[in-house]
Amino acid sequence: MRSFSEFGNDLYTGKRSIEIVGRQKTWYAVSAVLLVLASMGLFVRGLNIGLEFRGGSEFRISSITNFNGFEARAKTALGTVNPGSNVVVTKTTDAVRVQTEKFQSTLQTEKVKAALAHEFNVGVNSISANTIGPSWGASVSQQAITALVVFLILVSLLLAAYFRTWKMSIAALIALAHDLVITVGIYALAGFEVTPASVIGFLTILGYSLYDTVVVFDKVRENTLEAEGNGRLSYSQAANQAVNQTLVRSINTSVVALLPVASILGIGYFLLGPGTLLDLSLALFVGIAVGTYSSIFIATPVLADLREREPAMKELKKRAARFQAAQARKESTATSDGDPLSADDEGMRDVVHASSGGGATARPVHPYVQTGPRNQPKRPPKSKR
Amino acid sequence: MAINPHNRGPLRTMSVLILLIVGLYGLLGAVSTWGTAQRTPKLGLDLSGGTQLILTPKVVGNQQINQGQILKAVDIIRARVNGSGVTEAEVSTQGGKDIVVSLPGTPDAATVNSLQKSSQLRMRATLVEAPTTPTPVPTATGPSPLKPTGQATSGSKASSSATTAPKSGFPPALSAATKPAPTAKPTAVTPAATPTPAPATGAKPKNPSDLAWVTPALEKQLANLNCADPKSVEAIVDDPAKPMVTCDAERPLKYILGPAEVFGTEISNATSGQQTTQGGTTSGIWEVRLDFNSAGTKSFCDLTSRITSLPSPRNQGAIVLDNKVISNPVPQQALCAGNASITGSFTAASSKVLADQLKFGALPLSFSLQTSDQISPTLGGDQLTRGLIAGAIGLLLVVAYSLFQYRALGLVTVSSLLIAGLLTYGAVTLFGWSTGFRLTMAGVTGLIVSIGIVADSFILYFERVRDEVRDGRALRAAVETGWNRARRTILISDAVNFLAAVVLYALAASNVRGFAFTLMLTTIIDIVVVFLFTHPLLSILATTKFFGEGHKWSGLDPKRLGARTATYAGRGRVTIAARRAAATEGTPS
Repeated sequence: MRSFSEFGNDLYTGKRSIEIVGRQKTWYAVSAVLLVLASMGLFVRGLNIGLEFRGGSEFRISSITNFNGFEARAKTALGTVNPGSNVVVTKTTDAVRVQTEKFQSTLQTEKVKAALAHEFNVGVNSISANTIGPSWGASVSQQAITALVVFLILVSLLLAAYFRTWKMSIAALIALAHDLVITVGIYALAGFEVTPASVIGFLTILGYSLYDTVVVFDKVRENTLEAEGNGRLSYSQAANQAVNQTLVRSINTSVVALLPVASILGIGYFLLGPGTLLDLSLALFVGIAVGTYSSIFIATPVLADLREREPAMKELKKRAARFQAAQARKESTATSDGDPLSADDEGMRDVVHASSGGGATARPVHPYVQTGPRNQPKRPPKSKR
Repeated sequence: MAINPHNRGPLRTMSVLILLIVGLYGLLGAVSTWGTAQRTPKLGLDLSGGTQLILTPKVVGNQQINQGQILKAVDIIRARVNGSGVTEAEVSTQGGKDIVVSLPGTPDAATVNSLQKSSQLRMRATLVEAPTTPTPVPTATGPSPLKPTGQATSGSKASSSATTAPKSGFPPALSAATKPAPTAKPTAVTPAATPTPAPATGAKPKNPSDLAWVTPALEKQLANLNCADPKSVEAIVDDPAKPMVTCDAERPLKYILGPAEVFGTEISNATSGQQTTQGGTTSGIWEVRLDFNSAGTKSFCDLTSRITSLPSPRNQGAIVLDNKVISNPVPQQALCAGNASITGSFTAASSKVLADQLKFGALPLSFSLQTSDQISPTLGGDQLTRGLIAGAIGLLLVVAYSLFQYRALGLVTVSSLLIAGLLTYGAVTLFGWSTGFRLTMAGVTGLIVSIGIVADSFILYFERVRDEVRDGRALRAAVETGWNRARRTILISDAVNFLAAVVLYALAASNVRGFAFTLMLTTIIDIVVVFLFTHPLLSILATTKFFGEGHKWSGLDPKRLGARTATYAGRGRVTIAARRAAATEGTPS
């Protein structure tokens, strides 16, 4: 895939640059829309909470010969015993699953089984009834929330210690919250069932989303330190360059992480049917995809916004603007068609420039030759020292 | 063949890995040959097949079971299963009254018994006590061989408590005396001694401590009871309305006990702790405190006020759990305040055990094993096969993608993944032996997911090396500088993953623990493989002609990566050749 690796080259050198940090308002707007949709899904539609959380009864009716109108028939059967109860009927390949709120008594369960058996014309033995007490789900949720809080505290400490700035922790956690809300929102909107296994999946997303963010931030730190040293790029520009340079990496790591999850998802969906495997992989798939988006489009712009407020970074921005203006002037005087975009990073490693005229045979001339005397280091006046 | 001096370091590093693998598999081979380990990972219930027990509450008489009791029973059985060290056991109710226990593997009879049986707690009066060996038939007036050594302490909490002698003595055998007591429970039937009804004495027992309960049949039963034989113990019948013959749970004693008087349900709470003196300081003496509900208070009051004045064996109460006497305290006075404390030679641990037994024993039901379904290994095997298919497809996709993206470098990914797989297999098997870790579907999912996460580390490294090549570095230099920079990123991102897995493992519910565990394991293995295999391998490959000179298919072709000529630009700087080329061609973007 020649074009892809060339794309990577261009992104790395800055020949091609996607404006990500600079257009943060666009991404924030996109994410805001997504978040609003997600929370609408969450609060209006609500999550499809699995039986394990609600507590309830599940009836599986197997060896059915006639599936016609199974939903209505199941509801009718239940209505005779327990009118007005909330009934969910789903059909798997060879069985019908009926879920309902918990029945008060064993007697009622037996009645429902009898009614269903009569309705679907099967023996009572073909119906398995499964009642789950609400305590199980409550304890799982409790554990999940504890896990979430403990993880967030530990990971912010770890990141703050590693990056030596709490702002990176904050930006990473904002991206994390973003991922979680959107993933849960997708669950609500699509009506996927939330089981204890998907809760674990959500928690695993936390790890993965941060993994991606950390990779990008590591490069951001490297680039911005360099920019702070030489004053040729503002913080946002350096961060943007970092995102561009890690873009191919992010895409590759995400694709590679998604491939096995996708294969589990496929096998789970087509061969195994609902269960731990499918729940886990679905949550992971959605989460990894959203996590990749957020580490590029949310985490880094948020970080840049946070850092740009610092006086030192404002100073850096001015220095970078002065330097870039000077570069641009040189470019425009030196060549007829300048390349203002790539001028950004030109100063970083590239000290060889094209000579005037743009002729292919022209001998490269060192830029200092064109701009006259070299800048001497300035000594600040005594009062400033 | 002479070793390229550049390769000495990497080869040394790789030999560490080889030692590690040899050590891992050597240990595995050793414990599977001479120990109890198996050569394949232990599989969980959903993969290997397992046993599903359905327990149905057994009621004596016409008691009614309500939903609350069932839920409580589920909690207690779950605690018991987890306490027995079985991982990923699931306990749930089915059909409103059955309790389903899923156990991985085939549980031994003892585990099954402990689940279904140890559920009834009753207090009875002791009628006859006898040593188990060498089984002399107790005589009517046996001499007391030993005085109870347990220190009977007087109640510390004003009126409420009282106390009892502890388990450590050998209370005397049998003596005869009767004393009327107000509430004798067994009103219904003539005390039918279990095998043959008619009481030998002919007299109706006036109260539960009345020796008239002791029939020759019961005595014969007592003589035949062999506490060391599980079958014999199994046969003990615990009917609350009748006297029973039973064994002591710890000491070599057996008893004939009167009908049940206080029931476990009547104990509202049981706690353990150090006795407090009136001054409020702890005395250092461990005690088990009991609280009774109103019915329990009355029955316990009756029991204690009757037996305190009786001669030695019969002044003991007997707390019967799991058909065995777990404690036989001697009340010092009538206890009618609704609570009591048991003291004796308890330690912190033993008092807690007794308190827990009393609390759990409050479970009102015993269970009969309704069905014991073996989940067929074929079904489990089916699941495993499908899981493995998913893994294989995932692996193939990752391999294909990395070959596509990284050409020959992709082969490094493939071999690293194979090494990681080898380590994981060995580690999972070894953990199965050492900590009883069982691979479940969730664990398999974790392993498959980790393929991608492990491969991510290689991508981080490769991309970094490519960046350096783009900067114009020679490949050997690029491999080293790239490694120095990628190493940090790999470590921190793996640290984040590991942290997530640890938190999940510590706090997750039992059925997904396997997932967190495999994630944790593979994160560590990932670091091992990257440090000890991928990096040295790449260093060695960099000295080859194919990679070092950037062959078209090596994935590190400087031309393809845009560094057409690496140019030294003076002062330690190199040019980005592509930029220069673009500029000289006059085609800036």
